[in-house]
Amino acid sequence: MDHLIGALVGAPLLGAGILLTGGRRLDRIGHWIGCLLAAVSFAIGVLLFADMLGKSGAARTMTSHLFSWVPVASFQANVSFQLDQLSMTFVLLITGVGTLIHIYSVGYMEYDERRRQFFGYLNLFLAAMLLLVLADNYLLLYVGWEGVGLASYLLIGFWQHKPSAATAAKKAFIVNRVGDMGLSIAVMVMFTTFGTFTFGPVLAHATSASQAKLTGIGLLLLLGACGKSAQVPLQSWLGDAMEGPTPVSALIHAATMVTAGVYLITRSGAIFNAAPTAQLAVTVVGAVTLLFGAIVGCAKDDIKKALAGSTMSQIGYMILAAGLGPIGYVFAIMHLVTHGFFKAGLFLGAGSVMHGMNDEVDMRKYGGLRTYMPITYVTFGLGYLAIIGFPGLSGYWSKDKIIEAAFAKGGTDGWILGGVALLGAGITAFYMTRVMLMTFFGDKRWGREAAQEPGGVAQPQPHPHEAPKTMTIPMIILAFGSVFAGGLFSINSSFLHWLQPVTGHTEGHLPVSAAVIQAATLVVLAIGLGLAWRQYGRQAVPAVAPRGSLLTRAARRDLLQDDFNHVALVKPGEYLTRGLVYLDHSLVDGAVNGTAASVGGLSGRLRRLQNGYVRSYAVSMFGGAALLVAATLLMRGV
Amino acid sequence: MTTATAVSIHSLWTTLADSTPGAATTSTAFQTPKVEYAQLSPILIVFGAAILGVLAEAFLPRRSRYTAQLAISVIGLAAAFAAVVALAADGYASTKSHIAAMGAVAVDGPALFLQGTILLVALVAAFTFAERRLDPAAHGNRVDSFAAQGSAVPGSEQEKAAVKAGFTTTEIFPLLLFAVGGMLVFPAANDLLTLFVSLEVFSLPLYLLCALSRRHRLMSQESAVKYFLLGAFSSAILLFGVALLYGYAGTVSYGGIADVVGGTAKLTPALANSTATDALLLIGGAMVVIGLLFKVAAVPFHMWTPDVYQGAPTPVTGFMAAATKVAAFGALLRLLYVVLPGLRWDWRPVMWAVAILTMVIGAIIAVTQTDVKRLLAYSSIAHAGFILAGVVAVSPDGVSSVLFYLGAYSFVTLGAFAVVTLVRDAGGEATHLSRWAGLGRRSPLVAAVFAVYLLAFAGIPLTSGFAGKFAVFKAAAEGGALPLVIIGVISSAIAAFFYIRVIVLMFFSEPQPGAPSVAIPSLLTSSAIAVGVAVTLVLGVAPQYFLDLAGKASVFVR
Repeated sequence: MDHLIGALVGAPLLGAGILLTGGRRLDRIGHWIGCLLAAVSFAIGVLLFADMLGKSGAARTMTSHLFSWVPVASFQANVSFQLDQLSMTFVLLITGVGTLIHIYSVGYMEYDERRRQFFGYLNLFLAAMLLLVLADNYLLLYVGWEGVGLASYLLIGFWQHKPSAATAAKKAFIVNRVGDMGLSIAVMVMFTTFGTFTFGPVLAHATSASQAKLTGIGLLLLLGACGKSAQVPLQSWLGDAMEGPTPVSALIHAATMVTAGVYLITRSGAIFNAAPTAQLAVTVVGAVTLLFGAIVGCAKDDIKKALAGSTMSQIGYMILAAGLGPIGYVFAIMHLVTHGFFKAGLFLGAGSVMHGMNDEVDMRKYGGLRTYMPITYVTFGLGYLAIIGFPGLSGYWSKDKIIEAAFAKGGTDGWILGGVALLGAGITAFYMTRVMLMTFFGDKRWGREAAQEPGGVAQPQPHPHEAPKTMTIPMIILAFGSVFAGGLFSINSSFLHWLQPVTGHTEGHLPVSAAVIQAATLVVLAIGLGLAWRQYGRQAVPAVAPRGSLLTRAARRDLLQDDFNHVALVKPGEYLTRGLVYLDHSLVDGAVNGTAASVGGLSGRLRRLQNGYVRSYAVSMFGGAALLVAATLLMRGV
Repeated sequence: MTTATAVSIHSLWTTLADSTPGAATTSTAFQTPKVEYAQLSPILIVFGAAILGVLAEAFLPRRSRYTAQLAISVIGLAAAFAAVVALAADGYASTKSHIAAMGAVAVDGPALFLQGTILLVALVAAFTFAERRLDPAAHGNRVDSFAAQGSAVPGSEQEKAAVKAGFTTTEIFPLLLFAVGGMLVFPAANDLLTLFVSLEVFSLPLYLLCALSRRHRLMSQESAVKYFLLGAFSSAILLFGVALLYGYAGTVSYGGIADVVGGTAKLTPALANSTATDALLLIGGAMVVIGLLFKVAAVPFHMWTPDVYQGAPTPVTGFMAAATKVAAFGALLRLLYVVLPGLRWDWRPVMWAVAILTMVIGAIIAVTQTDVKRLLAYSSIAHAGFILAGVVAVSPDGVSSVLFYLGAYSFVTLGAFAVVTLVRDAGGEATHLSRWAGLGRRSPLVAAVFAVYLLAFAGIPLTSGFAGKFAVFKAAAEGGALPLVIIGVISSAIAAFFYIRVIVLMFFSEPQPGAPSVAIPSLLTSSAIAVGVAVTLVLGVAPQYFLDLAGKASVFVR
């Protein structure tokens, strides 16, 4: 059974290999190969899951060692896997949602001539992501971490003919580099501190290291998590990443890859538990991001960017929960899974809307679509109810637990974090209701401007229609997850018992009773919903965005994130590079070119010895032999 | 000639030398030498196949010779490889390793590892020898890279007639097998005479093969003559060294000489009182080593390499560059580790100097080369230097790293030369570097494969070249040769320049007008190239299994 763990990663990797090297002859069936291998991986995941359920306690953790890459003394670069309950949760989410999105993409990318390549990249992503969550050591995790970064880059820029997509891909890659640097340095510090990369020994001996080192490692890991999970201050790439095809946004930039930061922090729980300062930093990052993303999400008219703001905000919740320590880890992962269902479903719904609307993304040009695409409307609607935390649906169970855990942290911290989480729930209700109303309700606002634009290029009239079956079936399945997953996890606290052996769990002490918090959450939810209805339901939505308040305008510009980065980082960076280029030209190049010239000159001279005459070769051999013999004799002093 | 006869001659000879003069005159009984045929089976199979090839050449009609020869070669080599694996699996590489055939041939870990490597290399090389799709068909006959008729004077009427008749030199296959047979004995030779005989057995066919190019026949013949003359010169030096060592120790067996050097056995009575005995030992040892350094193309015995590599038919160059190096380094290791370990303090500094010179000069001269084959020749010289760095480590790690490096390097070399055969214009292979400009634009796959080989030569991680270099330098550093490692790394940096330059040339230069085309090879060359790439990447990504294998095979029998 243990050997199957490698096959989990191997199947999609094989798919990527076949699809990316197979050439055009695979164009006709390539997408089905991609789907098949994703499904194979999922099937293996289910098999392993069933096997795991049959065991109990420590026996549930399986390991599999494939090989070591050039071991040198204690430096063991092991390619070995560890499958425990935490990894298993991710495996099922990644392969399950991944397979659905593969199938969805068959329809979505039907008219793209590079569809085979697209599936190759998707399979590559699955392989890298599975490697990330299955690695039994930080070094291999880092390989997967970089792998998903690469796949993300390739897929954001998949439509590279669009300059905006190419730029967005570069932006995502560069911003992620900052986070990756953090993770790589953290891994190096870990190795010098603990002498190994393997999770087991590192985490078991975490408390033996000095406080300063632990805090340092924790903060560096947090930096890595910020990059991959789009948390403040490395959040700026996620909005632009929506330039990628919508299935990519759903799989990578909503359900799986962006949650890698949460995995990293949860997996490294022992380190964070021993470093309270780093843990506090994690909660602060989570709280700030959950508000940041929510505010940005309120102001965006682009449906995918609104959802991206929401993703950022929801991951903020998870990071916040993970920062709370053992009272929060389980709920962070639980929210991660439920979010994986409903956010993937929402993105697929958005893709379906775009599919029917000539790739229009501006919600001000939607309206009244519920009658045209009923399946999309219902599945999107269920995802919507789940994310705002409508009682009984998935989001309700997981988000509510996080809010409670935040209050349970105790002291002033607890009140502040809890308050922020509560406020975030209200804003979530507001912006998601806004998206829902602008897209599916109200008057239809599409098909007008074609007539209004005399002399302009005649836009083809959109004919909103329901998407093909390959697209709607995954949406329906995900909608089921959005509705039931949270409740299922909460029956008898089954998810808690499942994950507790890996992450640990302690109950916090709530300052007020849980019922009060639940009631407050519902009240805040109702307020957010009501405000949104007042503005977008009762009044007609203007086709052109009004100027708006200062905050609205700032939010439309992503709260000035790019302006800030430009002034604080890009400009000084440019000065630094100019200085370095000057140094490079004057000092380094001089030395390099000088060396190169002297090697070249020497080479030209030595070459002349090779004159093509056997007699001179023989002489050189004879001379060499005489020298060698003489030298040997000299060594002995005979 | 087979080993069996060589062994009997030699054992007769040593028996006479060992016995007292009185006994020799009276004793008329001739003892049958004891030969462990099963343990020598890889060697015997290859020589048997070679003889079968000669017979096929004599009795089969011309039409069916190509198929028959190819089949004999491939089956013979594969069977010999299977025999090597069987011997290794039977424990002859570790617990049961011993010296067979009356002390002539060692059957131990390094011998079997190197024999296995040589056989695999030869198998892949046989594919490139048999390639018949690259040259345009001459008068409707598919032809290979070899001369239509070796005996025809270049440019003569006789040659034209031979070409027109569609003749091909199928004798190359038995020649290849004889060379391989000699190479199998060479690293396993356990006395100086077997060493010398096997050296000649594998060298003579190579001289002939070098002269048999279909295109540029004059250049090919010139290279063969050069190789032969200088090879004969080096053989003479080696043989002289053998004589001096025999004079010193009174025996030619490795173990016997080592015992005398180590002081556990007595000197020859005649020389016991002589004052110059150590000089005999040192000069003799140095001269034998020189003979081997010639074969591995170490500076200053490297001058033949570029000329011969350039002139020889490219498949032969690939085979020679790969397999000769494996065999010769194997023999060098056995000589230094079994015969002369007692003299370590004498030969190590000298070998240091040779290694440094070889690395530096090989890398520097390569910088200004303009011909792909010469470039690869100098690169092979530089690589000989890197391997020597592992040889001077004088530790089991040193042996295993050299074994690994040889395996990795030989497949890269073979593959790289196979790619060279593909890039052609009207005059045959287009080997001038300027003709390769922009190759990546026109034939991305071929250029990418060649780039993989170049990166492996340069020792870039995730290729076998990195793993090999790392192992060798690690062993050398642990063996106290840190300066050698530093110079090695600097040489690698210089070498990286000209490897990367070719990549830049292929991918970032505009193609010239009338640039050469890339021939579509048959399955034979394609599979040779594919095997090379696969080995390069597997040994680069997951080298550990093979490093362990080499580590297990690193103990010489005494």
